[in-house]
Amino acid sequence: MKSEHTTHLHRKTDPAPVISFSHTAGSRVDLSSGKYLKLWQGPQHPGITGNMSLEVTLHGDEVVDLRTHVGYLHRGFEKLMERRTYMQNFPIVCRICVPEPDFNEYLYAAAVEELAGIEVPEKAVWLRNLSLEMARLTSFLQWIGGQTGAFGMGTIGQWGITHRDYILDLFEELSGGRIYHMYIIPGGVRADMPEGFPGRVREVLNKVEILMDDIERAMFYNAIFKMRAKGLGIVPHSMLDSFGITGPIARAAGAARDTRKDQPYLLYDQLDFKVITGSASDAYERAWVRFQEMHQSISLIRQMLDRMPSGGAIHTRLPNPLHWKIPAGQTYRRAECTRGEYGYYLASDGSGYPRRVYVRGPSYTHAVALMETLAIGVNIADLAGLMVSFHTYPPEIER
Amino acid sequence: MKYEKIEELLSAMWEKTGLGRLGTGTADSPETAVTGAAAAAVHQQIQSSDLAFVKVPADRGRHLIMDLRDHFGFTHLVFLTASDYIESGVFTLTYMLHSYTRHWDIGVQIDLPREGSTMESIHDLWAQAATYQRELREMFGIDFPGSPRIDEPFILEGWDDVPPMRREFDTKEYSERTFFPRPGRSTNDPAGYMRQKLYPKE
Repeated sequence: MKSEHTTHLHRKTDPAPVISFSHTAGSRVDLSSGKYLKLWQGPQHPGITGNMSLEVTLHGDEVVDLRTHVGYLHRGFEKLMERRTYMQNFPIVCRICVPEPDFNEYLYAAAVEELAGIEVPEKAVWLRNLSLEMARLTSFLQWIGGQTGAFGMGTIGQWGITHRDYILDLFEELSGGRIYHMYIIPGGVRADMPEGFPGRVREVLNKVEILMDDIERAMFYNAIFKMRAKGLGIVPHSMLDSFGITGPIARAAGAARDTRKDQPYLLYDQLDFKVITGSASDAYERAWVRFQEMHQSISLIRQMLDRMPSGGAIHTRLPNPLHWKIPAGQTYRRAECTRGEYGYYLASDGSGYPRRVYVRGPSYTHAVALMETLAIGVNIADLAGLMVSFHTYPPEIER
Repeated sequence: MKYEKIEELLSAMWEKTGLGRLGTGTADSPETAVTGAAAAAVHQQIQSSDLAFVKVPADRGRHLIMDLRDHFGFTHLVFLTASDYIESGVFTLTYMLHSYTRHWDIGVQIDLPREGSTMESIHDLWAQAATYQRELREMFGIDFPGSPRIDEPFILEGWDDVPPMRREFDTKEYSERTFFPRPGRSTNDPAGYMRQKLYPKE
């Protein structure tokens, strides 16, 4: 324990990591010298969220080289979508990201609507925004489990997952699906809120708020969590642009970048919220920023429930989906998901099938280039904690 | 420099790069004819008030991207991807760049011939570009000489077929060739299979 403690103290005084663009650290390591050990963390490993593996080269217990390997979950969504009609693609897109599928549904629908020139009814916009914020909360509750579990505090994760399930119950009530909701459809949403739904949402939000007080005490004031997360994986401000970093990682480094404020979509320009930023830019600060964003998300959901119009159409009438052709064109739509900038590039050639759909997930940058750079010099015991502090999610890398 | 509209920034960009002089393009008439030396290969499309696409020849692509990054504040590489236009025999690369000061996006597009396509690497401009280029090498067969680990597989393992995102790659034919019909089934028609399973005597 003592030696680990000194490692941490030592790490805190380390200068900011040298930014390497070449990713060639591995070539400097002579494995035959017997000084190094090669270890695979994942794809099946409790410290890995999703199916991803880290090829780690160790010197003692210190990481000297790391390579991210993906491909265990490649289902070729982008290819599949080129051979399917616009309407057939709508139930596919949500499967690109398990913890928050709604962002995929919204962005795909928004891109199709922009190219096809479809207006969405006001009530549907409110319901879309509500489901996106509820998805944000579920995703953060799941992330808390990963972050605390990686530091040996599995109980907090179980609380988080339980409360995530309460929100999944609400999703089931709203859309019929727990994980994949297939709720936001081009032209609007699939269903209106059932009777008494807002009241049940408020009940769950109250429960989550009580839980968050517990989490704050058990996680953020916990000496072990502080000792391990503070100073871990510092992202210098200079890396933000050169590594394409977005979301809570950028905000914890002090950059007030949030698509919800910068390029407001749906109703974010009418809702009251502030961009939450930090300064220390380590794993603890990132966790704190995300935790504050959970509070913010609860507040946004309450605001929407208060102000949502009671009646109105929830869907625009679309042409026959079997013969639905979208005018030729291309567009890019983005939204702020829990991990950063999520985006859809859609190109249409005027036929009934999309020419190209490209999904931009934040983990693409965070789990590969950033992880491979910042893992150098980290203790093997902290590697899982570092990875979860980037909130990486492999399916959006492979698509 | 202060630009009120994305059109003004694009005009300044064309001036700076010397690729062509533009007329007055607006969001209402998005496609504007470009006059000038390289007019045939240069093209711009204004999709909305904060998103535009520009098309330039391959040999000017990297130069334009550097200009946008260093002189116009487009410091964020959102993504790099390719679309396959097999009927014209080209891959269209899209480099989406974002400016955090103006909150505008410009998609720099470059047409490459489908056969033996090679493009200058931008791995030294953004760290994550190497990953995008590795994926394009694997999925489309586009080469980026000098990009780190460009020939290492990224998602696929032991793949020796046509790069799968190319449009000539036939997914159905591949799956029929690779994945044999499941043993024990006399039919691969799901409805027929379920009927047999549920009502074996009929």
